[in-house]
Amino acid sequence: MSTGSIRIKGLSHSYGATAVLKDIHLDVSPGEFVAIVGPSGSGKSTLLSLLSGYLKPTSGVLERTGTTRTVHQADGLYPWLTVEGNLALGLPKLDAASKRRAVSDMVGRIGLAGFEKSFPHALSGGMRQRVEIGRALCGGTDVLMLDEPFSALDYLTRLKMRGELCRLLEDQPRTVILVTHDIEEATQLADRVLVLSERPASIVYELKIDVPRPRDVTASGVVDATKAVLKAMGYEP
Amino acid sequence: MDTKHIRNSINSWLYPSLTFGTLLLIWWLASARGYLSEQFFPTPAAFVTGFREEVASGSIFRDTLASLSRVGAGYAISVAVGVPLGMILGTVLGARLALLPLLNFLRSLSPLAWIPFAIFWIGIGHGAVIFLIVIAALPTIALSTMAAVAGIPKVYFRVAQDYDLKGLQRLTRVIFPAILPQLVTTLRVAMGLCWLVMVAGEMLAGNTGLGYLIHDANNGLRLDLIVVGMVVIGLLGMLCDRLLMFLTRLPGIRWGYDR
Ligand SMILES: Nc1ncnc2c1ncn2[C@@H]1O[C@H](COP(=O)(O)OP(=O)(O)OP(=O)(O)O)[C@@H](O)[C@H]1O
Ligand SMILES: [Mg+2]
Repeated sequence: MSTGSIRIKGLSHSYGATAVLKDIHLDVSPGEFVAIVGPSGSGKSTLLSLLSGYLKPTSGVLERTGTTRTVHQADGLYPWLTVEGNLALGLPKLDAASKRRAVSDMVGRIGLAGFEKSFPHALSGGMRQRVEIGRALCGGTDVLMLDEPFSALDYLTRLKMRGELCRLLEDQPRTVILVTHDIEEATQLADRVLVLSERPASIVYELKIDVPRPRDVTASGVVDATKAVLKAMGYEP
Repeated sequence: MDTKHIRNSINSWLYPSLTFGTLLLIWWLASARGYLSEQFFPTPAAFVTGFREEVASGSIFRDTLASLSRVGAGYAISVAVGVPLGMILGTVLGARLALLPLLNFLRSLSPLAWIPFAIFWIGIGHGAVIFLIVIAALPTIALSTMAAVAGIPKVYFRVAQDYDLKGLQRLTRVIFPAILPQLVTTLRVAMGLCWLVMVAGEMLAGNTGLGYLIHDANNGLRLDLIVVGMVVIGLLGMLCDRLLMFLTRLPGIRWGYDR
């Protein structure tokens, strides 16, 4: 299975006079899980927009292999399509029968059996995020980008969703870029955590986490990493 | 839940019946007691007689059919052109820059101002009334379709890009379904507009139809027939709106109301 790689060199981006990203360097290898944390308004979502090709950088080099799909913070599902319909969007090239099979397989894996015909507005926030992730994984994308995918959920649901994301990725390995406010989420899930500075943001800290997944939030490797990232962000207890 | 459902559906008939019943009662009492002179408004009895006359001669059916077919034709043309036009205006900047001022101009201009030209160009009758309906409804439909497209959340377009929905697919599978709930509202407003313009158009540029019935009755001082025309127009207008309202129950549209 091919997964995408990313190479960014000296990338900067501004909206008009507002410089948002400044001189970003980043290499992501196929299958790697990278988490990006940073203050609000530092340009994390902007970086994802650049990676997905939705925005063009003001300057610098951005090379990417493979396709990308983004899971948005909220309301990225098409409200006029059912769960099935949204999942099927991920599988445009299959014939009807294999599409149905793939969709019902994904419905099972995201734990939404019985809700195939439901519209998004009739689902809970957690269910909707599961459908979004399922849709992005359906049919296979090379790079999965997640923009604060669980931030609208309560703590326990968030913990559960982390586990489910790990499980789904185990079945279908992907290159993953996760943007989050939740440092614990970053350290529990990622192979590498990047910390952005205030705007104009560049990468000010980088931490590799060599603990095998699935990891528990309370595992010592995760806790140590969380402490290190917090310290890098200027938080001293 | 079931009894609540039944109670709701009874009430949805009962309450309007009470309103109309009360109005009828007031009309009847005011006429019977002589508060409402027959010179100013017909009595209920005169109305019933007038209505029977119209039914017996069959002219009410001919007029209704004429009006309905004009509204139908004018509405169909306006929707068939206005909705795609609005979608193009909402997605193509050049089209918007070129056509928006013209459409706003037309919308600000009362369609009745076109009556002289409608008669010069087409002559009194069917065509002129349809022309007036289209010139009123089409700009309204196009403009509010455009506004609906402009209001589509950006994230839907980002998702479209991720899932390779481009060109025509983006139009039919993203933009169109995204505006459907608002489009139904637009269609209802436009239908109301068509009825208004139909009546005025037939009064001034028609020779048949319910609007013409009122015009003709006015010339003959038949107040009873004026009210017959008004009642039929009002009821049919309500019915058309009801039919369009059923659209809001379709699953591809209901999400816009259930959120
Ligand atoms: N479309 C835009 N036009 C102009 N400025 C923008 C636009 N989008 C974002 N910005 C600016 O760029 C900066 C970074 O925004 P971005 O959404 O990337 O931040 P973020 O790190 O994702 O923040 P958060 O954590 O709150 O989601 C913000 O200060 C914002 O003012
Ligand atoms: Mg953001």
